[in-house]
This record gives sequence, C-alpha cells and structure tokens, in this order.
Amino acid sequence: MSAVAGSETAVRRRILRYGLLLAVAGQILWSFRPAPGRALTAQEAAGRALYEANCSTCHGLQAEGSGSGPSLHGVGPAAVDFMLSTGRMPLADPAAQPIRQPPRFDPQEIAAIVAYLTAIAPGGPGIPEVDPQAGALPRGAQVFLNNCSGCHGAGAIGDSVGGGQIAPSLYASSARQIGEAVRFGPGVMPKFATADLSEQDLNSIARYVLWIRDHGDRGGLQLGRVGAVAEGFVAVVIGLGLLLVVIRLTGSKT
Amino acid sequence: MIVRRWVEGVDERLDGSSFISRNLRKVFPDHWAFMLGEIALYSFLLLVLTGTFLSFFYLASHQPVTYAGPYQPLQGQTVSAAYDSVMRLSFEVRAGLVMRQMHHWAALVFMAAIIAHLIRVFFTGAFRKPREISWLIGIGLFLSGIGAGFTGYSLPDDALSGAGLRIAYSIILSIPFVGTWLAYLFFGGEFPGPDILNRLLVLHIFIIPLAIFTLLGAHLAVVWHQTHTQFRAPGRTEDTVTGTPVWPKFALKSIGLAFTTFGVIALLGGLFQVNPIWLYGPFVPYSTASPSQPDYYIGWLEGLLRLWPNWEFHVFGHTIGELLLPGLVVPGLVFTILALWPFLEARLSGDHEWHHFAQHPREAPVRSAFGAAGVAFFVVLVLAGGNDVVAKFLGIEVDSFNTILRLALVLGPILSGLVTYWICRDLRDRPLHPLAAPPSVTFRRNAAGGFDEIETEPPVAGHATEEPDRR
Ligand code: HEC
Ligand code: HEC
Repeated sequence: MSAVAGSETAVRRRILRYGLLLAVAGQILWSFRPAPGRALTAQEAAGRALYEANCSTCHGLQAEGSGSGPSLHGVGPAAVDFMLSTGRMPLADPAAQPIRQPPRFDPQEIAAIVAYLTAIAPGGPGIPEVDPQAGALPRGAQVFLNNCSGCHGAGAIGDSVGGGQIAPSLYASSARQIGEAVRFGPGVMPKFATADLSEQDLNSIARYVLWIRDHGDRGGLQLGRVGAVAEGFVAVVIGLGLLLVVIRLTGSKT
Repeated sequence: MIVRRWVEGVDERLDGSSFISRNLRKVFPDHWAFMLGEIALYSFLLLVLTGTFLSFFYLASHQPVTYAGPYQPLQGQTVSAAYDSVMRLSFEVRAGLVMRQMHHWAALVFMAAIIAHLIRVFFTGAFRKPREISWLIGIGLFLSGIGAGFTGYSLPDDALSGAGLRIAYSIILSIPFVGTWLAYLFFGGEFPGPDILNRLLVLHIFIIPLAIFTLLGAHLAVVWHQTHTQFRAPGRTEDTVTGTPVWPKFALKSIGLAFTTFGVIALLGGLFQVNPIWLYGPFVPYSTASPSQPDYYIGWLEGLLRLWPNWEFHVFGHTIGELLLPGLVVPGLVFTILALWPFLEARLSGDHEWHHFAQHPREAPVRSAFGAAGVAFFVVLVLAGGNDVVAKFLGIEVDSFNTILRLALVLGPILSGLVTYWICRDLRDRPLHPLAAPPSVTFRRNAAGGFDEIETEPPVAGHATEEPDRR
C-alpha cells in the first residue's frame, strides 16, 4: 500500500514537475507564437522586428499595452499608419500629447509594421481611400464647419481644447492622414464612422482642408487666422501705435 | 488770408458779433497726449463714412437664400440673406472688402483711442472739477462704442456673430424675474429670434450713432467752453491757456491728424485681413466656431465669463444663473465706479477746488495706483477672453493658464497698484522733473576754454496765451 502510495506520489510529483516545466515552456513558446495561427509573411516578419525594437517597450510584445502605452488591439491599420506617418510614434515621452514630427520610418517600414500589427491585433478601421478630387468643396466646407472647426479652428490652424490637449493645425496633414484621423480619432478627437461621415464626405473634407491652406486669404495678411486676438493686437500696436508716434512727434512735450 | 477775409465777410454780415473770429483765435494747448481724443473723433468720422457705404449693400434679413457668388466652398449652400449680402460686399462689390475691413479696423482703432484717451484723462486728473461733466459724457461714449461694436459684430450673421448673440441672449436670460421676458422682447422669440438682425441694424446705424453724435457734440462743446487742462510750466497759470490758436495752426494740424488717422486705418484695411466671414461660415445654431473671440474691447467681458467659477445661487427658491454676476453685475460695478470716480476722489481727498492744471501721475500717487490696478485688471481680462489662443501661442495648457489668470486677476491689480504707488511717491518727493523745471543757469564753453554762466530765460512754452471765459 505504502509502496503503491509512494509510487503514486512520485508519479504525481513527476507529473506536476513536467507539467510545470511544460507550462513555462508553453508560456515562453506562446510569447513567440506566430500570432495569426499561420506563418508570418516576409513583410510581417520585417514589421515584427521593427515593432519589437521600437514599440514593444510601451505597447507590449503582444500589443497588449503596458503602463506607458495603450493596448493596440482593435485600434486598426488607420491608427497605426496615421501614428507612424505623422511621426507621432514612437513616442518619446509617454505622458505628453503625441505631436507631429518627421516620420521615423519610411513608407515600406510603416507598411510592414501596419501589416504585422494587423496580423497580431486585428480589428479596427482600415486605412481609408481618400480622393480629394472626388469631393465637393461646398460639402467639405459644411461638414468641416459643423464637425471639425470647433476644435481645429475655422481656418484649420488648430486651437487648445482643454485637458492639456491641442487640436493641431491641419496644414501639414495629407488627405490620407485626414481620412485616418477622422476614422479612428487620435487622442481626444472623436471618431467618425461611415454612418456619420460617408466616404464622399471624407473626400470633401479633405478637399476643403487642402483648399483653404492656400485660399481664403482675400483681404491681405491673415494674422495666423486666429481672429480677434490677433486683430486686436494689430489695431492697438500698429494702428494706435503709428498714430501715437505721429502725435508724439508733432505735439509739444510740455 | 482768404479764409480770414471770408470769415470777416461773414462776421460783417452777421452784425459783426465777431463770434466766429473770436472762436478762431481761441487757444488750444498742444501737448501730444491731448490728441488722443482727436484720433477717436476722426476714427469715428471714418466709421460713419465707411459704414454709410456698407449700409448701401447690407440686408438685415434671416431669409434663407442659396449662395451663388464666386467663393467656391459656399456655392449652393443655404445662407441667410444678411450673410449673403456681406459675402457679396466682400467678393463682388467693387472696393467692398476694403471698405468693410477699414470699417472694422476703424472700430478697433476708435475704441483703442477712446481707452487711451480715458487713461490719459484719468492719470492726469483732468476729470477734476469743473470737468466731471466731460468725464461722464466720455464714459457714455465709451459705452456707446461698446454697443456699436457689439451690434456691428453681430450683423454679418456668420458663425462668430451667432456665438456672440447666443452669449448675449444667455446673459439677458440670467436676469432674475424679468430675464426671459426681456430676452423674448429683444430677440422677438426663442434664440436666435426672427427679428434680431433688423433690430441690431437699427441700433447699429441709427440709434447708437445718434447717441454718439449727440454725446460727442456735447463733449466737444463742454471742452470748448471749459478749455483743455494743461500741464504746469513756467509762464502758465491756472487762469490762462497757452497753446496754438485754432486758426490757422491748430485747425490745420488737426486736419493733418484726421488724414493721418484715415491713412493709417486705410493701410490696415488694405494690408490685413479682418474678420474673414467666409472662413467662419454662416451662423448655424448647432455648430460652434473656434477660436471664438469678440473684439478686444468686449474681450474683457468675455474674459470675465471665462474665468468666473460656475456659481449658482438660490434665493427665495429662485435660481440665479451663473452668468448674472460676471455678465452683468461685475461689469455694471466697474462702469459705475469708473463713472463716479471724479466724485469719489473729491470725497476721499476732500479736494473740491477748481483745477485747470493737469497733474503728472506722480503728483497723485493714490489715484495713479488705482489707475494702474484698473489697467492691470483690464489687461488680464482681455487675455482671459482669448485664453485658448494665448495658451496655444505660449505653449501652455489652457487649464493651467486659467489658473494663472485667476491669480493674476487678483494679484495683478494689487501688485501693479502698489508698485505704481511707490514709484509715484518716490518721484514726487524728488526735486522737480527736469522738463518741468528747466535749469535756470546753463554753462557755455568760451573761446578761452573756460565756462561762462548764462542766465536762461524761462522757455516760451506756447505760441499764444489767452484768458478764457470759463464761466
Ligand atoms: C514611450 C512609449 C511609446 C512608444 C515607444 C510607442 N508608443 Fe504608441 N502610444 C503611446 C502612448 C502613451 C499612446 C497614447 C497616446 C495618446 O493618444 O495620448 C500611444 C498610442 C499609439 C497608437 C494609437 C492608439 C489609439 O488607441 O489611438 C498607436 C497606433 C501606436 N501608439 C502605435 C505605436 C507604434 C507602432 C510604435 C512603434 C513605432 C509606438 N506606438 C511606440 C506610447 C508609446
Ligand atoms: C474634440 C475636438 C476635435 C474634433 C471635433 C476634431 N478633432 Fe481632429 N484632432 C483633435 C485632437 C486633440 C487632435 C490631436 C490628437 C493627438 O495626436 O493627440 C486631432 C488631430 C487631427 C488630425 C491630425 C493632424 C496632424 O497632425 O496631421 C487631423 C487630420 C484631424 N484631427 C482632422 C479632423 C477632422 C477632419 C475633424 C472633423 C471631422 C476633426 N479632426 C474633428 C481634436 C478634434
């Protein structure tokens, strides 16, 4: 009985030990899993190398997120392409709002990272096809003024939106980046699904935003398109200032 | 001179009362800071001229029309007839845009000149007895200017006009008991109201300008009669005015200043875009524009709204809205104190004498301290009115900027008041300013290399002196 019992405990122990070992090995192997349950393509493999070198410290090896970066599951290719092509990622300071910078990666590398992340963390809005020429300016103006100018400013020059966030100027954005931002909503910006803004609306917004960059300047220098604050400054400093110089020079001093 | 002969001719026919020629000989002090009021006057003249032009094309109507002008992004959109007419002014009417822009810049310069003039009069004590009436009229002009600016800003019916009117509507609503009734009365119904543009137009081009003309006439008449103040200087007395006679020197100089003012404003109108309503789009009740600021002379009121905490009171079961205090009570207090200042100061200092000499700020440290505090208060509030834009410009968060501004609103006036007080007292207790007390003895080098002492004459400070009849 005791011999049987002893061998039984030994077996149990062995099972336990191998089980544990297996579990650890499994864990380790799991973390190297080819995520989509298939072998990675060459592009995805290239993306994985870039991802692990540049992003995983904050977003986790499995894009599951960490203390210094959100999970990327379900954010979608639009988000990844936007963040990389605007140079916002990789982020230097996880506490600060990401800002536009020269992109760290070339388009091929970006496509590779997008492909890899799509493979291991699928879902979310895809990269929209935006064709500004197919859009209509009046529709673009209308949609922009009703949905975007409250944060980005009527002249698309950007403005503070509270919570320490800035809605940036849109003058550097490409049509594609405008489409991506609208679809996934970076930071505090709301996301607009196709039900809210159709593909055609998106084309129109992009057309309008690209258009007002170099139009709408009738009437002279634009003073940064910030409106009354700059206008007041010019009126007081240049307008009244010039007149003060004149009366000071022509008037008596006593 | 032709003019003199012409005037004498008129005088002769009007029974030689020599009324005109007496007034043409009237003497005006020509200190440079006394020209600020004139700049305001000439800006107003230009406002009337350009405004008349604009009124030939403006249509105060909410009637929806389809925009069909040359500005592509609006083509085919439904806009109000008012917005459409301003778009036509800006894009199709010959010289329409430059007129519109000059009108707007003239308004900004007009108010800047009024504020500068007010500051000058305050700091030099020129409001003291017997000139309290001019001061009160001046405050009336300031208020009318704000009214003119607000109504004008609301006329184009663009997104910013709507934003301003919405705030005005909410402020009126916040008045206890009668707010709703008043708001309906003025707007003709629920915001935005069917009649508001028409009423704004009547206010903007008739009632307010009439008020300004009347007040301006009274202001000038009183100043003409009482004469300007002047700074103390050798050879000047309380009972005389030293300066240039109205004709020809003062009048010609003043006309020159008029054209300079027109020129500077035309320059602004031609060089700088102002209020591009095509970028803001037509007013749509459900959308908001940004950056959404009023012109700076209303910006300080907007700043009060932005900095004020959301306090709501319940008095006798009646809710007093959060807009009442910052929107009406505080501005009302500010203007009451400003208007009553001459009387307050006389009461506090016990000085009920007549004064015809202007003071230097250092001669009245307490008043100067209050003045500096007021200016600081105004500046902080103007910045607060543009908090989003200024914060972005400075690269700081709006929320922390608001905190800074709230602190500055309390500490700024106190600190600038104290510092001004100290500086003024210090300057006052020193020997006279070198300008006011020119050295009576100067030295000149002589041929032998030594120095000769020369008694200098007191400088002849004006070109003419007269003894006005101020009573
Ligand atoms: C220093 C840490 C850090 C690094 C490194 C970093 N990120 Fe991020 N990432 C963040 C943070 C923090 C956010 C959230 C930013 C925000 O929206 O305010 C973010 C957001 C994102 C988002 C948008 C998520 C969403 O829901 O909107 C994407 C996509 C993204 N990162 C991709 C990447 C990629 C790809 C890389 C590597 C090239 C990378 N990040 C490197 C910290 C980092
Ligand atoms: C609630 C305010 C808000 C609204 C409304 C909004 N945005 Fe944004 N937008 C932001 C903020 C904040 C960012 C910066 C996000 C970040 O990177 O942290 C942004 C970023 C963007 C960018 C990226 C700019 C760049 O650097 O290239 C684009 C493009 C953009 N928005 C377009 C739009 C359009 C088009 C609309 C209207 C359909 C819109 N936004 C509406 C707040 C807003």
